[in-house]
Amino acid sequence: MVVDAEVEDERDRIFHALADATRRDILLRAIQQEQSVSSLARCYEMSFAAVQKHVAVLERATLITKERCGREQIVRGHEPTLHKATALLEAFEQLWIHRANQIAAILGGEKGDLK
Amino acid sequence: MTLINTTKEVENLRLTMVAEFDASPERVWQVWEDPRKLERWWGPPMYPATFSRHDFVVGGESRYSMMGPGGENPHGWWRIDAIDRPHRIEFANGLAGDDGEPVPGVEPMGGVVTFEAVDAGTRMIAVTHFVSVDQMELMLGMGMEEGMSQAIGQIDQLLYPTTQGASV
Repeated sequence: MVVDAEVEDERDRIFHALADATRRDILLRAIQQEQSVSSLARCYEMSFAAVQKHVAVLERATLITKERCGREQIVRGHEPTLHKATALLEAFEQLWIHRANQIAAILGGEKGDLK
Repeated sequence: MTLINTTKEVENLRLTMVAEFDASPERVWQVWEDPRKLERWWGPPMYPATFSRHDFVVGGESRYSMMGPGGENPHGWWRIDAIDRPHRIEFANGLAGDDGEPVPGVEPMGGVVTFEAVDAGTRMIAVTHFVSVDQMELMLGMGMEEGMSQAIGQIDQLLYPTTQGASV
């Protein structure tokens, strides 16, 4: 198993980005609908600069992208990273459905043994 | 009928599965506690698991290996962080090397499983928390990817309700 430094850096960035409740909330809003940084800032009881910092952390983790549009900065979810994460979660979802079915079969078989 | 429901939270890198079983919490607990029962359901399809160690106590660790259809032999480990029999298990699940020991530098997934007595029997809620996209890829590399694509046909036939359809 080779985990090169670059992969490790990316992992650290994503972990750090998602470790904060405000950043998770910002990401969720940006996934649902693109947002300007100023409209995001109105959602939280913190300074515009503080929200901007959170946005920058999410951007470095490639979870969102930021684009200047006139005087506004528009933030949206970064599709490739989010698609990758969703596809991976789906694989684990299938694994857990399989596990639950196996457990049901084991428990069902035991009931048969008792008859 | 076993009801299964799942929720994926991309923003939290978290997966929640709720399943109800027609059995008491005590009996559902045993499929986790008894390694001979555990290995009958833990591995992905076509990757049966064998637990060589299963210390099902707080701080206890487990070691397991799986046998893939192409002869591959991925290994994994658990560490039990909290246990409240027969209500709750909190554990870490990570990747192990060919020597069976945890691979340094690869963070484990976090798992919290709760068991509630309900009219139908037991509601089991399993929450898996990932650290990053890279970690999910590494863990899926443990044969899960191939095993899961093999399983999709089987799951389709079972038609259990999930928030996302199981067909691909």
